[in-house]
Amino acid sequence: MSRVFMKGCEAIAEAAVRAGCRFFAGYPITPQNEIPEYFSRRMPEVGGVFVQGESEVASISMVYGAGCAGTRAMTSSSSCGIALKSEGISYCAGARIPMVYCNVARGGPGVGSIQPAQMDYLQATKASGNGGFQMLVFAPSTVQEAVDLTYAAFDYADRDRNPVLILADGVIGTMMESVELPPMRSDEEIAAIKDSKKKWTALGHRLGEHVDIEPGFWSTLDQQKWNEEAAALYLSWEKDLQWEEYCVEDAELVIASYGISARIAKSAVNLLRREGLKVGLIRPITVNPFPYKAFDRIDYSKCKAVLDVEMSIPAQFVKDVSVAVKDRCPIETCLCSGGNIMSRDDILAACKKILEA
Amino acid sequence: MEELVYTRTKAVFENAVSGFCPGCMHSTVAKLIGEVLEELDILDKAVCVKGIGCCGLQSNYFAFDNITAAHGRACAAATGIKRTNPASLVFTYQGDGDLASIGLAETVSAANRGENFSVIFINNGIYGMTGGQMAPTTLVGMKASTAPWGRKPEEHGYPIHVCELLNELTAPYYLERTSCNNPTNVRKTKKAIKKAFQNQLDGKGFSLVEIVTGCPTNWGTDALGSLDFIEEKMLPEFPLGVIRDKSKED
Amino acid sequence: MAKVVIVAERCKSCGYCVKFCPNQVLAIGKQVNSKGYEVVESVKPEECTGCTICGQMCPDGAIDVYR
Repeated sequence: MSRVFMKGCEAIAEAAVRAGCRFFAGYPITPQNEIPEYFSRRMPEVGGVFVQGESEVASISMVYGAGCAGTRAMTSSSSCGIALKSEGISYCAGARIPMVYCNVARGGPGVGSIQPAQMDYLQATKASGNGGFQMLVFAPSTVQEAVDLTYAAFDYADRDRNPVLILADGVIGTMMESVELPPMRSDEEIAAIKDSKKKWTALGHRLGEHVDIEPGFWSTLDQQKWNEEAAALYLSWEKDLQWEEYCVEDAELVIASYGISARIAKSAVNLLRREGLKVGLIRPITVNPFPYKAFDRIDYSKCKAVLDVEMSIPAQFVKDVSVAVKDRCPIETCLCSGGNIMSRDDILAACKKILEA
Repeated sequence: MEELVYTRTKAVFENAVSGFCPGCMHSTVAKLIGEVLEELDILDKAVCVKGIGCCGLQSNYFAFDNITAAHGRACAAATGIKRTNPASLVFTYQGDGDLASIGLAETVSAANRGENFSVIFINNGIYGMTGGQMAPTTLVGMKASTAPWGRKPEEHGYPIHVCELLNELTAPYYLERTSCNNPTNVRKTKKAIKKAFQNQLDGKGFSLVEIVTGCPTNWGTDALGSLDFIEEKMLPEFPLGVIRDKSKED
Repeated sequence: MAKVVIVAERCKSCGYCVKFCPNQVLAIGKQVNSKGYEVVESVKPEECTGCTICGQMCPDGAIDVYR
C-alpha cells in the first residue's frame, strides 16, 4: 500500500491501472476529464493502451473490442456521455464482455450542468442500455472507496463476464484526498488473466476452435435461454451486497443516502448525535443490487421517518428506499440538483423538523 | 487422375449454406478472404470485426475468429482489438450502411489515426438485411424503400465515395475499389485483399478495400440482372482502381 | 480430362458460372436441391478445360474443379 494525495478522477484511473487495466478509451467531458488525461500519461508507463476516441460512442466500442480480445478494459464519462455509451454497454452485456466504466455524474438532463449531481441514479441502476441487462453498480462516497471499488470491479467483471459500473459524481471526481493505493498487479498476473480467457476471446484460433462473439442470437430460443442465465447471474449478486449502517439500532430518524450525499449526511448524523438526537444512516455501496434488507434492521416502533438525501430533483434513489421501507414509516426527502452540492445545514434542518414535529 | 485445382477454402465452414441471396457477392468475398488467409498462412491469427447488416451473416461462413460490433462501430472495436493484440490479423467487414452512414465517423477516424488493420467494405448501394432502404451509396434516381421515387440530390444528397473521401487523409496507406462482377474483377479483389492484409502484417497502417457488389433482392432484379446493373450503373458512379498505394512511394 | 463436380446443396441457381464459362459447359439443370434451387449441371463436360472460372465466380463455392 502506498499513501498519496490524489484527485478522485486520477485515483480511480490509477486504481484501474493497478487492477490490470491495460486498455482505456475515452472522450473529453467535464467533470471526468482527468481520467482520460491520467490514462494518457500512465498507460505508456505500464505498456497499456490509451486512445482518445472520436466520440463516447466510438470509445465504448473500442473497449468492447479490447474486452473481446481478453484485455482488462475501461472507459469513463459523465452523464450525457454515459447516455451515448449505453448501446455499447448493452453490447458488452449482451456478448458477456467484461469491462469497467465510471460515471462521474453531473447535473442533468440533457447538457444539464457540468457541476456535480446524482441525477443518473435510475439510468445507472435500472436501465443502462436496452434489453433489461443489469450490472453490479458501486457508489463510492470517498476517494478511497472509489479506489477500492474500482480495483475490485475488474475482478467482478471478469468473474461474471459482465460490465461493472462505478457510479461516482463530480464531487468525488474532482476533490483531492489522501488515499492508500492498492498493490500493482504484476505483468505476469495480468498476462495470466488474459491467458485464462483464451478459450472465448477473439485473438485468432486454429480451425475448429474458432471463437464467434455475438451480442445477440438469431434463434429466439437461444436468446431466451441466455436471458434466463443472465437472470440467474443477477440473482446471484445477493452475495455481493454492500452497505454501511451507522447508528441505526436506536435511531428515531434514519437517513437513506448514497455517494457524496451520504458522506455529508454522516457528518450531520455525528452533529445531531452530539445534540442527543437519535439519527442514523443507511448508505448503500452497491446501488445495484440494492440492499433492501438493510432497512429491515430499523426499529420501526421507534423510527419516526426515513429521510432520503440525494442530489437529484425529482428524487430517484427514493424509489428504491420506499421499496425497502415498505410503508413501515413515512419517507421524507432533502434534495438538491442541477449541480448544487448537498449542504449539511439543509440536512440538519430537515432532521430537526422531522424529529421535533 | 485429375487433381483438385479449385474448391471452397476451408476458412469457410464446410456446411455453410448461409442466408445470402442467390447471386449475392458477400459469400464470394467470404471465399476470397478465406483463400487469402490460407495463402498467407494466417488463418489462426485472423479476427474479423463484422458490422451489422448482411455483412453480419458471415458468422455462418467464417470458420475463423469473428465478432460483431455495434452498428457502425466496427472500426472502433477493431482499434481496441488490434492495439491490444498487434499479433492478430484484424480486419473489419462492413456494408455501406454500417461503414458510410452510421459508422462514417469511426471509419474516417480510424483511417485518420492510421490504425494498422484492414477494412473490407462491401458497397452494394442499398441496405440489404433491413429490406432495401436508401444507403449513402445509393445512386441518384435509384429507388429504395425509403426513397420510393428514387434518390433525389436536392433531398437525399449524392452517393458517398469512401475511397476518395479517405484519400484526403494523410495516414491511410492503401485504398482500392474493386468489384466481383466478372472473373477478372474477382481476381483483382482477391489481390487487393491480399495486399491489404500483407500491409497489416508489415505494419504499414490503414488499408481499405471497397468492393462494389450487387443486391439482387433489394435492387428488384435477379442475380444476372444485378451484374448488368453493376456494369451499367454502379461502376460509372464508383470507378474501380487504386485510389492510393503508398507502397509505390516506399 | 478436366472436369467440374457440383456441390448441389450449395448451388443457388444464380447462373454466374453458366454466364462466364468460356465454353458454355454448364447449364441450369432440372434437379432441385433441398432449398428448391435448380442445380447447375455440366452439359458439355468434354469442353471443360479446368480453367476454374466457374469455381471462382460461384458465390457459394458449389463447384469443385479438377484438372
